[in-house]
Formats: sequence, structure tokens, C-alpha cells
Amino acid sequence: MEVLLGITGKDFTLIAASKAAMRGATVLKASDDKTRALNKHTLMAFSGEAGDTIQFAEFIQANAQLYSMRNNIDLSPSAVANFVRGELASSLRSRKPYNVNLLLGGVDPITDKPSLYWLDYLASLAPLPYAAHGYAQYYCLSILDKHHHPDITYEQGIKILRMCTDELKRRLPIDFKGMLVKVITKDGIREVEYEDDKSVACP
Amino acid sequence: MDTLVAQYSKPMFEKENYNQDDQVDLYNPHPTLSLRFAMPPIAQPSAWLRAATDDHANPNCPIKIAHGTTTLAFRFQGGIIVATDSRATAGNWIASQTVKKVIEINNCLLGTMAGGAADCQYWLAYLGMQCRLHELRTGRRISVAAASKILANLVYSYKGMGLSMGTMCAGVTPSEGPALYYIDSDGTRLSGNLFCVGSGQTFAYGVLDAEYHYDLSVEEALALGSRSILAATHRDAYSGGFINLYHVKEDGWVKHGFSDTNPIFWKTKLESGEFSNVTSELV
Repeated sequence: MEVLLGITGKDFTLIAASKAAMRGATVLKASDDKTRALNKHTLMAFSGEAGDTIQFAEFIQANAQLYSMRNNIDLSPSAVANFVRGELASSLRSRKPYNVNLLLGGVDPITDKPSLYWLDYLASLAPLPYAAHGYAQYYCLSILDKHHHPDITYEQGIKILRMCTDELKRRLPIDFKGMLVKVITKDGIREVEYEDDKSVACP
Repeated sequence: MDTLVAQYSKPMFEKENYNQDDQVDLYNPHPTLSLRFAMPPIAQPSAWLRAATDDHANPNCPIKIAHGTTTLAFRFQGGIIVATDSRATAGNWIASQTVKKVIEINNCLLGTMAGGAADCQYWLAYLGMQCRLHELRTGRRISVAAASKILANLVYSYKGMGLSMGTMCAGVTPSEGPALYYIDSDGTRLSGNLFCVGSGQTFAYGVLDAEYHYDLSVEEALALGSRSILAATHRDAYSGGFINLYHVKEDGWVKHGFSDTNPIFWKTKLESGEFSNVTSELV
């Protein structure tokens, strides 16, 4: 029941992840950050099996930062995405594969083009204008199909994200403790103040 | 001689009344059809049914039940909108693209089908029959609450025997106004403003919840109903075909077409710029 959402717009990529860290029927933490910054312009959000997620995300983060230090230039979001896909693909064929699903959002530091990549534990890689993982797919993709346009502004993006999170609050049977929202622009990664203590009524 | 006397000594108008058996039938609260079906002679008939039909665990199962649907109905200021897709699937096989999933019970009452196609078709036809009988007996049209309860009690009497249906009853009656009920084969019966049922329900809920409010105009409500089904047919592999749209008003229901989704999808995409993930570019 972890929620990952990603939306691209004219000059930004939004990444949102649920704040609940759950084990079985228990919420262990209600302010979990399921994202890692890979470099100045690339953010990765992850969900999946406990343990695997953070191990894999920090492994990728370390390698992306190592590349930046060695070469004095950041990998572009598409380069990171293909690197991550490769790592997932070789992990999948190992004795104990990582069970991790990812969204990778970024803004290309040279062209300033926003991008979003959807990856799953079977090492599928899909560049998409908007994406979701888990049960959120069932509720949010139809909303995004209807309301998303490639050239939306940041304010419109937040408005669409609000429609999605409201719907999840309305229909998901488990409380995911609100969303942590981050935005990637050409100026870097920034956390967004996202109000999520309002309750949403089921019609 | 005795037979002749017996023949002419009976009351004159006896034939015009209900006989003993008919009266028992009329006052019997249980449906007469109930339990006249042959059941497998074991403790749990549904276990046998599951063994013969479960195609997840057993892809070579002898019976594949037609499943998979998107249906929705919602109440608003101008009445009730009922919309469905028209695809019937049996496993991965699209069995039909032109199914009528809205059943016209009478000119003020509609039922929708989701789940087992045969179960829905049979029991909603049966419900139609019971509603007509109620009308003939009482001289008044049945309320939606009562009609939905006939169906709910009926499916509850078969609980655990493997019925599979998720239906909605929508109608307008002078006593209750516009009314909407959800009934499923578990025996659940709920009244409400808005329901989506079937494998595509979540996709329909997504579009519908985001823009639904009670004060929608009739045009807006019809467009929203149809757009919600379109969203579901786009994302759910088990929904598709045609959009079947109805509007239930005070003086009965009006049909607003049985329209192919494909041209509607492309019109929506090209004219409103929606579905921006669908591109002709290769990645």
C-alpha cells in the first residue's frame, strides 16, 4: 500500500511518496522519506520489499555520486535511468534479486528538459509524462490521463497532484499518512510544503 | 352420478380465484425458483464450482466464467446517470464487445450487470418479473428500495453457492425520489450517491470522484459518466467496446446512446489533448 506518484510539466518534475513506513499491520513511522537524491538534478523514489529498497537506493546514490566526483559532471537523468535499469536487470538474474520499484524524476542540466522514468523490479524502463506505482496506479492514472498536459505549469501540476492524493485518501482502505512531495527544476531539488491533514469525504 | 354431482356442486366462481397452491406461492416470502436448481451433492457446492472454474489456479479449468466490466451510476441534481462498457471476457478471451449491461427492469427502473454474465442476466430478468408481479398485485409500481431488497434477499439465499454478481439498481419513484442501490453476491445492499462496480471500477472512480458534485448539470453529468467509462476502457483490459449511457429522470429513463469507444477516445485525445501518454513515438 505504498504510494509513489510522478508528474512532469513544462519545466519541472514532481515526485510524491507516501509517508507511512509499514510492516505487516503496523505503521512504524509516519514521516518516512522514500526518496534519495542521486545528484543535483535527479531524484529517485522507491517502494518494494523492506530492506531491499533502501539498500538498493543508497547503492545507486553512491554510484551516481562517485561518477559525479570522478568526472566533475553529473550523469543526465536518462543516463542514470539506464544505469539503474542495468543494475536491476543483473540483480534480477542473481541468486537474490532486489525487489524494488522506482520512479526517477529529473531535469536535464544541459537542455533543461524535465523527464520521468518508471522502473519496476523486473527491470522494465519506461519514460513517461506521468507515472505511479502500486495501488495508486489504479486510482490516479485515469485522473492523470484526463487532466495532464505536457506543458502544465508548476501550480497546475500541484493541483493535479492534489486531485490524485485526495482520491487516494478517499478510496484507499489504509491510511498512508500523507505524501512527501519534492520538485525537481533546473535549479535543483526542493521539498514542497504539502498540506495533508485535511480529511476528504467519500461521496 | 357422484362425479356429476361433484362437478356441479362446486362454488360457481371458484376458478376465478387463486387456488390453494397459488395462494401458498403468493404468500411465501421465499422465491419459488429458489433451490430448484440441481446442486452438486456435496457439502459446499461453491468449492466444487471453484475447482471447476478458477482460472487463476487452474488455467485448464473446464468452465470459464464471463467476468470483467466497468459499470457506474451516480445520483445528482437532475436524476441518476447510469453508464457501462460493453465487453464480456472469459479469461483472456474477449467473448463479446456488444453486451447490454444495463437491464431495463421497467420504464422507471434500471439494473446494471457486473460479474458473472449468466448470473446477472438470469437474476435481473427474474427481478424484472418479480417487479411486474408486485405491480399487478398491488396496483402500484415497486419502490427501488423494495426491488433492490428482493434481489439482495435472493442472492443472500444463495450465499456460498458461487453466485458472482455486482449490480446497481437505479430508479425514480414518487415515494422515494431518485434512488440508487448497490447489491452484490455477498448479500451486501447499500444505498448511496455514487458507485462504480467491476474490474475497471478504480479507474472510473478516479475520474468521477475528481469532478463529481451533486449540482452537476445534465450535460455535465452525462459527459462525466461517459468520460469515466472511457477512462476505464482505456486502462482496464477487461473493459471496452461501447459506452452505454442512460439518464433516469422523474418520468422514467432516457437512453443516451450505445457509442463505440474508439472514435470517442481519439476525439477526446485530439480535441482536448488528454491521454498525453499515448504517442506515436517509439522509445
